[in-house]
Amino acid sequence: MTVTHHPVDLLRFNTCGSVDDGKSTLIGRLLYDSKSLMEDQIEALERSADITGGGQINLANLTDGLRAEREQGITIDVAYRYFATPHRKFIIADTPGHVQYTRNMVTGASTANLSIILVDARQGVIEQSRRHAIIASLLRIPHLVVAINKMDLVDWSEERFLEIKDQFEEFLPRLDIKDVKFIPVSALQGDNIVTLSAHTPWYPGPTLLGHLETVHIASDWNLSNFRFPVQWVNRPNNPTDHTLHDFRGLSGQIAGGIVRVGQKVMILPSGFSSTIKQIWTLDGLQEEAFSPQSVTLVLEHDLDISRGDVIVDAEDLPGASSDLHAKICWMNPRPLTPGKQYLIKHTNQTVKASVTAIEHRINISTLEKEDGITELAMNDLGEIRLKTAKPLIYDGYAINRLTGSFILIEPGTNTTVAAGMLLPPTEVARPEYRDFAI
Amino acid sequence: MKSYHLDHLDYLETEAIHIMREVAAEFERPAILFSGGKDSICLLRLAEKAFRPSDIPLPFLNVATGHEFPELLEFRDRRAKELGAKLIVRSVDEALEKGLAVQAPGQISRNQLQIPVLLSAIEEFRFDCCIGGARRDEEKARAKERFFSFRDSFGQWDPKNQRPEIWNLYNGRLNPGENMRVFPLSNWTEMDVWEYIKREKLEVPSIYFSHQRRCVRRGGQWVPDTKLMPAKANEEVKELIVRVRTIGDIISTGCVESPAATCDDIIAEIAAARVTERGSRADDRVSEAAMEDRKKAGYF
Ligand SMILES: Nc1nc2c(ncn2[C@@H]2O[C@H](COP(=O)(O)OP(=O)(O)O)[C@@H](O)[C@H]2O)c(=O)[nH]1
Ligand SMILES: [Mg+2]
Repeated sequence: MTVTHHPVDLLRFNTCGSVDDGKSTLIGRLLYDSKSLMEDQIEALERSADITGGGQINLANLTDGLRAEREQGITIDVAYRYFATPHRKFIIADTPGHVQYTRNMVTGASTANLSIILVDARQGVIEQSRRHAIIASLLRIPHLVVAINKMDLVDWSEERFLEIKDQFEEFLPRLDIKDVKFIPVSALQGDNIVTLSAHTPWYPGPTLLGHLETVHIASDWNLSNFRFPVQWVNRPNNPTDHTLHDFRGLSGQIAGGIVRVGQKVMILPSGFSSTIKQIWTLDGLQEEAFSPQSVTLVLEHDLDISRGDVIVDAEDLPGASSDLHAKICWMNPRPLTPGKQYLIKHTNQTVKASVTAIEHRINISTLEKEDGITELAMNDLGEIRLKTAKPLIYDGYAINRLTGSFILIEPGTNTTVAAGMLLPPTEVARPEYRDFAI
Repeated sequence: MKSYHLDHLDYLETEAIHIMREVAAEFERPAILFSGGKDSICLLRLAEKAFRPSDIPLPFLNVATGHEFPELLEFRDRRAKELGAKLIVRSVDEALEKGLAVQAPGQISRNQLQIPVLLSAIEEFRFDCCIGGARRDEEKARAKERFFSFRDSFGQWDPKNQRPEIWNLYNGRLNPGENMRVFPLSNWTEMDVWEYIKREKLEVPSIYFSHQRRCVRRGGQWVPDTKLMPAKANEEVKELIVRVRTIGDIISTGCVESPAATCDDIIAEIAAARVTERGSRADDRVSEAAMEDRKKAGYF
């Protein structure tokens, strides 16, 4: 850990790849080489090395925190790790490689700015690498790093590195990832992780950590379209401060864009118009605020607004519809079958929904859309149509990760069964939607 | 031009405020676990940020071991009063008396005994959600914890069967008898907590800062010398200048020798620290899976 005297920003990344590609070792290495490991952690590693590892420290043990993981030598669940350099703070999600844990990969990747895909240099690009790149692309992770690992086992061969890079680049054009970086590494020995390796004179850099510290992430949030899903109505009860008697604030996290005092807004689905009177925070009134800040808005008019309503810029309306088209990742052992009822949680509201059609499944090896599908099984990716009991106020996921995403919940068991990403709306919200207000 | 970019503390703060408000909106009877320790002090600040100018709409619950540092109890009561919140205290002593908790032979630390007390308080007040100040960086099993951590009707955590948590969409739905633990500080590190305490100018109990204390050497660390477990003849006792990094049951809380008298000193100390904060807690060192086992049984 390093003291940071000036504000630093935060980069969230996840690591993925197939089993044994070296994800846990890589994270252990990043922590170890950036001096983020503490003596008791190193001692604990050494202790278990003496008992189980024949004296060899196993860096993977740092992240494989559950007993079953240590016993089976695999990563079951997403593990989160934290480290900092003078330039940035990092949150790492170590996501498992086993096919049956793809849902955890989606979990770890959903909040990431960047994904690292590990490829075993001996094996090259395999189905899992492709699957993970596709998930990263579907989730619109802005930055991708392909870390070609175990270079020590292929004699640090530039030829092999380029061969794998070619394999990967071959299917990249079909993905939606703008920024991809290829880095040859040995997680085990630390080559090109924090310092450039003498073994790869043909590689100009940057090192993995160097890249993580400098990749440009300022524009990863939507700052263009003001969206404010109301989370909690803030109404003081018998306040001692009588200026607060009529205080009616709307609390929430700005899901997109910038809001300013005096701005004209519309409340959806009711369609009522108003103006921003105050932006209230514990740190004082603000003139403006932006995504993803959490604030409390006070409007000029006293309107009937509740959780789930969305306040938007009056000149820039989102979509509104109860017929939705989305890409999803199915996460439950019981397959998705059309006609079944679920609950959909989207921004701050949960409403009933039924799946009206499965349009196709996405073949994750070829990226082809397969038609004539009757169900989606666990870890399948597909496109579906949904009907909701109440229109959703939303944007396409490509424009806004917060107003364009949802989860499906199975009633009864209450488990989260799918992660969904909405396709761009075909209908823009209109004041007529007042009819739908409850 | 103004930059519309959050620094890391602002980011962690907005994430936590969002979670607090989700809890207030989605649960019927939520509570905040407040021990008086540094993490829960941050939680209370975040609750103010989330709910002011309204009252904080959740009562505070403290599961007291009966082995607290006196400074902590004084601070706990005062802070709850300052914030105008309702503070509920349930104690291990009471539970031992009523037979709700049973001390294992030879067991002196009471961290383990907090489990039945917490579970019975949840039942007594029919809490459906408890917000806690646990952080993922504290311990390996915690690193796997979700923000919304589902507990079955026995209060148990099943790490292999956690709900996927995607974007900022938290699934808080429960069936009767089930329970949620919510950890808004999941993504915070010890350093973030101190940087936040400094930035927000939060008061913390004095034992976090350097003070003189009679300590006894036990299990490779210095712990306070107390009447609860007096030093044996063969144990080394010393007057030291110490502070605590993490607070648990007084007899198992390690004291680190430190001159740190201000937040800035502590931040500098953590930056240079070579052991983790939990490295000073004997209860976690019992085995590699100590925390995992306690959590499965219903620990915070
Ligand atoms: N030779 C070599 N072995 C590696 C390297 N990285 C990881 N390994 C080994 O590959 C195995 C799997 O690593 P692990 O980190 O557990 O993979 P994970 O399943 O992706 O998390 C372990 O035995 C590691 O020691 C590397 O760069 N070179
Ligand atoms: Mg692993």
